[in-house]
Amino acid sequence: MYGSGLIKGMGVTFKHFVETYLEDLKYVFKGGRYNDKHLAVRQGPKAKGIFTVQYPEEKLPVPENFRYIPFLVFDTQKNEDRCTSCGICAKVCPPQCIWIVRTNDPKTNRPIPQPAEFYIDATICMSCSLCAEFCPFDAIKMDHDYELASFERFNTLVFDKARLTKPDTYHAAIHPTDWARELQDKEAAARKEAEKAAAAAAKKAAAEAAVAAKAAETDKPADEAQPAA
Amino acid sequence: MAAKAAAAPVAELTGPLAGLKEKFGEAVKPGDFEGVVINHDRLVEVATYIRDELGYDYLTSVTGVDYLAQNEMEVVYHVLNTRAGGAPLVFKARTPRENAVVPSLITVWPGADFQEREAWDLLGIKFEGHPYLKRILMWEGFSGHPLRKDWKEAYYEQDVKPFDSRWPGGHHRRAEDRVPYADNVNFPADFDPTVYTAQADAAVYERFKNYEVDERGQFVPKEAVKDENGNGKFQEYLETDELVVNLGPQHPSTHGVFRMVVALDGEKIMHLEPVMGYLHRNHEKIGERNTYIQNMPFTDRLDYLSSMSNNFGYALAVEKLMKVTPPERAEYIRVIMAELTRICNHVWAIGFLLNDLGAFFTPALYAIEERELILDLFEAVSGSRMMCNYFRFGGVARDLPVGWLETCRELVFNRLPKKVDELDYFLSENEIIRARCEGSGVLTGDDAVKYSTAGPVLRASGVAYDVRRAEPYSIYERFEFDVAVRNHGDVYDRYLIRLDEVRQSLRILQQALNQIPEKGEIQAGKKQYSARVPAGQAYGRVEGPKGELGFYVVSDGTANPYRYHIRAPSFINLTALGPMSVGQKIADAVIILGSIDIVLGETDR
Repeated sequence: MYGSGLIKGMGVTFKHFVETYLEDLKYVFKGGRYNDKHLAVRQGPKAKGIFTVQYPEEKLPVPENFRYIPFLVFDTQKNEDRCTSCGICAKVCPPQCIWIVRTNDPKTNRPIPQPAEFYIDATICMSCSLCAEFCPFDAIKMDHDYELASFERFNTLVFDKARLTKPDTYHAAIHPTDWARELQDKEAAARKEAEKAAAAAAKKAAAEAAVAAKAAETDKPADEAQPAA
Repeated sequence: MAAKAAAAPVAELTGPLAGLKEKFGEAVKPGDFEGVVINHDRLVEVATYIRDELGYDYLTSVTGVDYLAQNEMEVVYHVLNTRAGGAPLVFKARTPRENAVVPSLITVWPGADFQEREAWDLLGIKFEGHPYLKRILMWEGFSGHPLRKDWKEAYYEQDVKPFDSRWPGGHHRRAEDRVPYADNVNFPADFDPTVYTAQADAAVYERFKNYEVDERGQFVPKEAVKDENGNGKFQEYLETDELVVNLGPQHPSTHGVFRMVVALDGEKIMHLEPVMGYLHRNHEKIGERNTYIQNMPFTDRLDYLSSMSNNFGYALAVEKLMKVTPPERAEYIRVIMAELTRICNHVWAIGFLLNDLGAFFTPALYAIEERELILDLFEAVSGSRMMCNYFRFGGVARDLPVGWLETCRELVFNRLPKKVDELDYFLSENEIIRARCEGSGVLTGDDAVKYSTAGPVLRASGVAYDVRRAEPYSIYERFEFDVAVRNHGDVYDRYLIRLDEVRQSLRILQQALNQIPEKGEIQAGKKQYSARVPAGQAYGRVEGPKGELGFYVVSDGTANPYRYHIRAPSFINLTALGPMSVGQKIADAVIILGSIDIVLGETDR
């Protein structure tokens, strides 16, 4: 029948229409259309009908890997920047939006592993996350804060060190998996260090013992009183 | 150049090339690459031989390389055999840098049209015999040829990144302050900006006056079709005026900033001329200033609807040079991402084709609903919905997060097959769609090959050419799938083939999701921020959602690519737009463009 294709299509539209409202009503009775538990279903592969988030009153949670303009991690335990101003992020940055001034020792004029100034030009940054990926010190990480709108596009969007620095507790909160990996790495490094120290100590002790034994063999009476140095 | 010194010349020509040497003698020389250098005075002759006798019927890529140190321009051609498949045949022609001229191959492969214009525009290589060798991406008021190695942009800072000003003494300074706005513009000597608009339009319209279209849809000089009274053939019965209409650059149907200039006789299109370049940013020049890894996020911004697929092509090209292979798990992840991207792109294309047809947004939103779920997957794994920047040389950026595969399986096994069927049921039998689409914008198989169209446009015309099958890359030879083909070559078939391809992609995805190793490495070797790429050249290509996406990379052994060229399917598919639209009604020009499925980020680069 001519026109049956049209009617079939309208049927699909009608199904979508009804489904959307029924689903919405269902979730209202289940305790609110918008909460994390319901969101996970309604935004996932099992969703039915159309679900619209009323931004900015409602916001979707972002996944852990979500990346936006980077921030610098401040180590709250050691009370210092993690950044050593090695410059790898500035070198790998595709739009070249990272600017770093290295600190120089005023007396010797040799570099100190600390940034004196650190800028990210947010108007240029493409949020590619290469800086975070290649930082050997886990000092620069991608942020989750994506609301950067501003009335002035020049000064407010060039982020200086003060604006960029955020405590590692914030990093731990938004990147739990990454944080766990860091702790593991740290532990492993500490263990390795301890093992290395232990091994070195053992070696040293063995060497000393050998020296002492040798000394004891050559001239027993004279050296016996002296401690093995 | 180090690139040339490093590679020893190939002494013996093998395979199809051996015959060339025998036939043409001194005109064909082996190069320092896998291919031949052809003397440019016999180029057309040899190219015709390559097409007719060797069977390379499809010209996939034409570009130039500027060897400043040798004072030489090189034109690089990649041609394909659509029937036998296999790797592309590479041949080059060399010409001095000043006054670079090579014969145009447009008579051999008409698909060379836009690509030769692009090479003229960006590199200043003249193609002798090209009927309309005008700038295509830059405007007429642009001075110089930007891809030449001695050309520098207004904000020029240094030849290559990383810039020295960023570290260790990186006091922030805006580029705008460095180059005051007024100093940005250079005009060519014979260019007057005050009368520009008229000039530019006249240049486009001029072509309408001088050329007409014969019954095969070919441009021919007007004299040839004039009758004995000197009238054009379209003015046979009535003394009518041709009406010139500009569709775009700001027009909702053009999917971006793109212009179609049409000459109309009543409602009938007599001639259609695409005008592009409004979004041009010289991606290739940026790419040559970048280091290898820095290009990866830039490739996302080519066809911004399918960034994973763009990453894939670029990674393959550089991996060919670096001679690394990604580990097993990474290969599977790559295929999964590439196929999800294809689904994303095709449902989007279908949705917006329906928009062009006047079904305002309902089908588009149903299609986007599914795309949205796939984008959520991309976001969870790569951190960004569209600008994924996920592939690395020899692997991928990060492993899949916990629970990702389960969500993906749910989607691929349960939801998407149903939704594709629903979309099919919803649209395919609709009488309005069929009446509008069937028989409009027909492109025959021969023409599709001739104009170098790729992807769904090529396959909807009955040419079963798919890079995944013709020259399998990554691990595609492990999967069972059919190359989707439709035979009418009209808009309706180009719509249907996208549904077919989504179904095939789902098949591949289901196999990949069943086979992917649960654990494993995702990166071969150590990931380095400055990749070491040996000197040489490589052409890496993938079957992107829009067609064959190729990356031609020339390395000279330094940290930055010496030449970085993209064979952009959106751009080259437009070559066929004019011939397809001639004789159609003006309203159908919109759906014909929609059925090609272009993204301006890739067209204009």
